[in-house]
Amino acid sequence: MPRRAWGLPVYYFGLLALLYLPLVVLLVFAFNDGTILAFPMRGFTLRWFQQLFATEALMRALRNSVTVALGAATVAVTLGACAAIAVVRFRFRGKGAFMTVALLPLYVPFVVVGVALLLLFSVIGLPRSLLTIAAAHTVVSFPYALLIITARLVGFDPHLEEAAMSLGANYWQTLRQVILPLIAPALLAAWLTAFTVSFDEFAIANLLAGAEPTLPVYLYSQLRMSARLPLVIAMAGLVIVLTLSIFFTLVWLRRFVFRLPAAATAVRVR
Amino acid sequence: MSGSATGTGTAAAPAVELAAVSKQFGDHVAVDRVALEIRNGEFFSLLGPSGCGKTTTLRMIAGFETPNEGRIRLGGEDVTDRPAHLRRVGMVFQNYALFPHLSVADNVAFALRLQRVDTPAIARRVAAALDMVRLPGLDARSPSQLSGGQQQRVALARALVFRPTVVLLDEPLGALDQKLRKAMQLELKALQQQVGLTFVYVTHDQEEALTMSDRIAVMDGGRVLQVADPQTLYERPASRFVADFIGVSNFLAGSVRERTGGLVTIALRLERERLVRATWRDGLATGQAVTTAVRPERMRLVPLGAPAPQVGSDNAVEGTVRDIVYTGSDTQYFVDLGASTTVMVRVPNDHAPGGRVLAARGDPVCVCWDAGSTAVLVA
Repeated sequence: MPRRAWGLPVYYFGLLALLYLPLVVLLVFAFNDGTILAFPMRGFTLRWFQQLFATEALMRALRNSVTVALGAATVAVTLGACAAIAVVRFRFRGKGAFMTVALLPLYVPFVVVGVALLLLFSVIGLPRSLLTIAAAHTVVSFPYALLIITARLVGFDPHLEEAAMSLGANYWQTLRQVILPLIAPALLAAWLTAFTVSFDEFAIANLLAGAEPTLPVYLYSQLRMSARLPLVIAMAGLVIVLTLSIFFTLVWLRRFVFRLPAAATAVRVR
Repeated sequence: MSGSATGTGTAAAPAVELAAVSKQFGDHVAVDRVALEIRNGEFFSLLGPSGCGKTTTLRMIAGFETPNEGRIRLGGEDVTDRPAHLRRVGMVFQNYALFPHLSVADNVAFALRLQRVDTPAIARRVAAALDMVRLPGLDARSPSQLSGGQQQRVALARALVFRPTVVLLDEPLGALDQKLRKAMQLELKALQQQVGLTFVYVTHDQEEALTMSDRIAVMDGGRVLQVADPQTLYERPASRFVADFIGVSNFLAGSVRERTGGLVTIALRLERERLVRATWRDGLATGQAVTTAVRPERMRLVPLGAPAPQVGSDNAVEGTVRDIVYTGSDTQYFVDLGASTTVMVRVPNDHAPGGRVLAARGDPVCVCWDAGSTAVLVA
């Protein structure tokens, strides 16, 4: 007789609770009519969201974050696409070393990257601003873009490019008419990933922010005032919804555009 | 497609010419001083086992690889340093390499769009090309909706539609199943004759090469061993490798005894020395060690002790039947000639079953064949 396996469900639901209970609590308290974060809750309200949109500084921080993430993601994906094409399609000396160096930001703690860049920027006399944050975020989101685009390029047949060339397409025509359309889903996935990395990032932004904070930096600064806490919670709730929608877009891309199983989230590199 | 599209060079110049072309990858010599002249309108095959350099040779003609030495000419023009997209060479790949993001019609129209052919002409020529490969009405489909055979037809239409100077095919039928492959071989040959373009075809399948080609270059170890039409390759292989690779051969070692007119007598190294005759070929010297090659279907089996109808057989050697293999269309007799030499005799089953049993296992028999069916190999 097979024994009923009860351990696995317990483990599974325990893990789920550990992962998602805090998020649920956060979303619930975003609608709590009171400033004290404790049960019993006071009642349902939308006023924190109203205040949220009325708070000028918070909206500025949000706009800053979006601007930085837009810029960082776009530059990271452009550089990542160039590097991926070079790595996958061309033979050159020091390819392994290049890949290692390019992926290094994945392993170096963000605080270390932040301090290092802070040092660099002050040495070369570049004042701290949104630009310095965007530059730093480009560095840390570049490896993600590189890996995602590389995986797509490795997955498609190099004979496609040769076929295009035999049909009279020069390199740029091949790039525009064959390579780019085929890696478009990967470019989008890479861009969304890079955007999320930048949008969520706190340690580097906190070190490199000048007068203009990004959203995570602003939220952190507001935590000190308990009256502002519900606002921070409501904002965090919004960010979660935004992040989750990006995540589900990525899943959708993988399943229906990449035609990969949803579980294939791991990036394959040859 | 009109028949006038036979390239740009002078009529006398070969469609493809390789002059002492070599290609190395690191220390490995993939192609070793290959010289070939492929005529206009010819169906030419590069045949050899995997790793023999045939695909690298084809890729150099296409412009995907640059030779380390030698020159490549297309229609008399030196294209050695010309990039692939300026060579006007149609290419068909084993895995089809259709653009997955384009429809069938857009795949076929790809080259014409790049040449800025006007839209009505593109539509007309794409339709004609799809008609030619017998795929009309599939224009709007995506390549992934087609079967392997259909995809290969689209790839063919795409490579032919822009009237290339030469069409290169890299094992294009390799991914298809046996039955479909046989049908496609004949169709491909008919298509090539219809369009009158030069086809250079890479394959490791000797039967496929024999079926389709006007001429075949047999390659091994980066070198071209023999270039000839299918019949010459089969009947007069220049080396043991060719005799072994094209079809099946029985090899018998011996040495040259004497020349008598157009024939040569060879002493076979069996337990007892046996003299056989073969057609003379230049360069043989008395006493020289040679190998004779005889095709299994050219040998006859005569039971010993039976009234000997040996009329017309130049050569006869006795042996013992070791094994009998029935393959449907024929029966293979493996006959031990002694001195650890076994030959295979293929007897067609052209009589009703049970109508003609030549020999049983263990029977002493005589194996007979003609001098004209005996190839003398030096290498």
